[in-house]
Amino acid sequence: MHEFVEAFKFILHNGAIAGEPELPSLAHLALETLKVGAIGVAVSALIAVPVGVWLGHIHRGSFAAINLGNVGRALPSLAVLAIGDAFLGLGLSVVELALVILAVPPIITNTYLGVDGVDGEVVDAACGMGMGATEIIARVELPLALPLIFAGIRTASVFVISTATIASLAGFSGTLGDPIANETSYHFYGVLGAAICVAALALAVEGALTLAQHALTPRGLRLERQTQADPASGAVAHAATLSTQ
Amino acid sequence: MREAGGPVIPNYAAHSSSCVVHNHAFCWGWVDENWGSVLWPALRQHVLLVAAAVAIGFAIAFALALAAHRYRRIERPTIFVTTLLYTIPSLALFELLVAPVGANVISAEIALVSYTLLILFRNILTGLRSVPAEVLDSAEGMGMSRRQALWRVELPLALPAIIAGLRIAVVTIIALATIVYTIYDAGLGVPIHTALGEGPFKTELIAAGALAIALALLADGLLVLAQRALTPWARAR
Repeated sequence: MHEFVEAFKFILHNGAIAGEPELPSLAHLALETLKVGAIGVAVSALIAVPVGVWLGHIHRGSFAAINLGNVGRALPSLAVLAIGDAFLGLGLSVVELALVILAVPPIITNTYLGVDGVDGEVVDAACGMGMGATEIIARVELPLALPLIFAGIRTASVFVISTATIASLAGFSGTLGDPIANETSYHFYGVLGAAICVAALALAVEGALTLAQHALTPRGLRLERQTQADPASGAVAHAATLSTQ
Repeated sequence: MREAGGPVIPNYAAHSSSCVVHNHAFCWGWVDENWGSVLWPALRQHVLLVAAAVAIGFAIAFALALAAHRYRRIERPTIFVTTLLYTIPSLALFELLVAPVGANVISAEIALVSYTLLILFRNILTGLRSVPAEVLDSAEGMGMSRRQALWRVELPLALPAIIAGLRIAVVTIIALATIVYTIYDAGLGVPIHTALGEGPFKTELIAAGALAIALALLADGLLVLAQRALTPWARAR
């Protein structure tokens, strides 16, 4: 347990190592990790949400939308980053490209499941009230699907933070993965300290997004949901039931 | 693991083809020559790492799901803990285990197993709960004990959801096992790491990455076939 004491000292010193004056601070690396991740998630959401909403709205492409999520899981982050490195060189834009490739599938899958799962009678009622397709999407389907869409964004965010740290293994520097990939400069206590920070960062992001998701859930849906378990990864269970049909 | 600062091109024997020397996109000749010494051992270790992790993870998740099926209050704490484990990024979790357990296969397996638990637990429990109450009533009416109903009615009906969970778990763990090399010298991460240290050497990167993806697709396909074989009644519908 001595290593953990040293690791916490390393964190308290904000990542300073005696004899290595040039190293960036842990706070800086954490912010950079968040920035790299946020860009990746934002771009992914901009691509994936409209596609998922459209597929869910027309109730088509369930096979593609659901299996895309599974294919996404099969891609090893390190291999995607490494192949991007081999062909394009590993700059920020290639890392973001890898993050988007990995984050788009869970968001599409969840958005599709959310919109596709909106009660048909509710849509009929909206239609009867004179709403057009755009209005139905914007005022009925999207709000009702929001919790699941957000669950997808949450899954993607945690995934993106994990991959942003793995990018250090592929040679991209500027995230909290740097100390983990560079034991020569940081020693084991630095590696361990950075690992603690990465874990804490991921848990904090997950926690913050869980709260945000709760706040975004329409009140009518909240009651219904309390009878089930909180959908920590609702899409997993949901996808399971769906793929059995 | 090859130390940084080693030779610039890997396995760079005198007879290396010009394709390898010029680091073209993909050199079949290299794959052919190094299959037995580099790629196959890594692939075999990868399969063993994944198989052990999924088997152990399934045993734990199965026991927990059966317990939660009977005693509801076990569910929330289990979901909480397994979500926590699932959320910790792999690179960090591996290093966190090195301090107490050591940089060895046990750390690697603990980390991989912990990523299977949430997926498998949720799916097994969802499957068990999806069995209609009338079906259970008729099992009871036929004189089945609770244990008999579980093994002969509930579990077979839960099988599609259980296998759906296994598919996600297997595919996820195959991808994650490429990071194992950071603490234990095994799996398809080893050739990826070697190749990264050398340029990167494209052929080895692509070959190892493609093997990981192909392994995931193959395992997924095999599980789909297993589900069809094990649930013949589902096909009749």
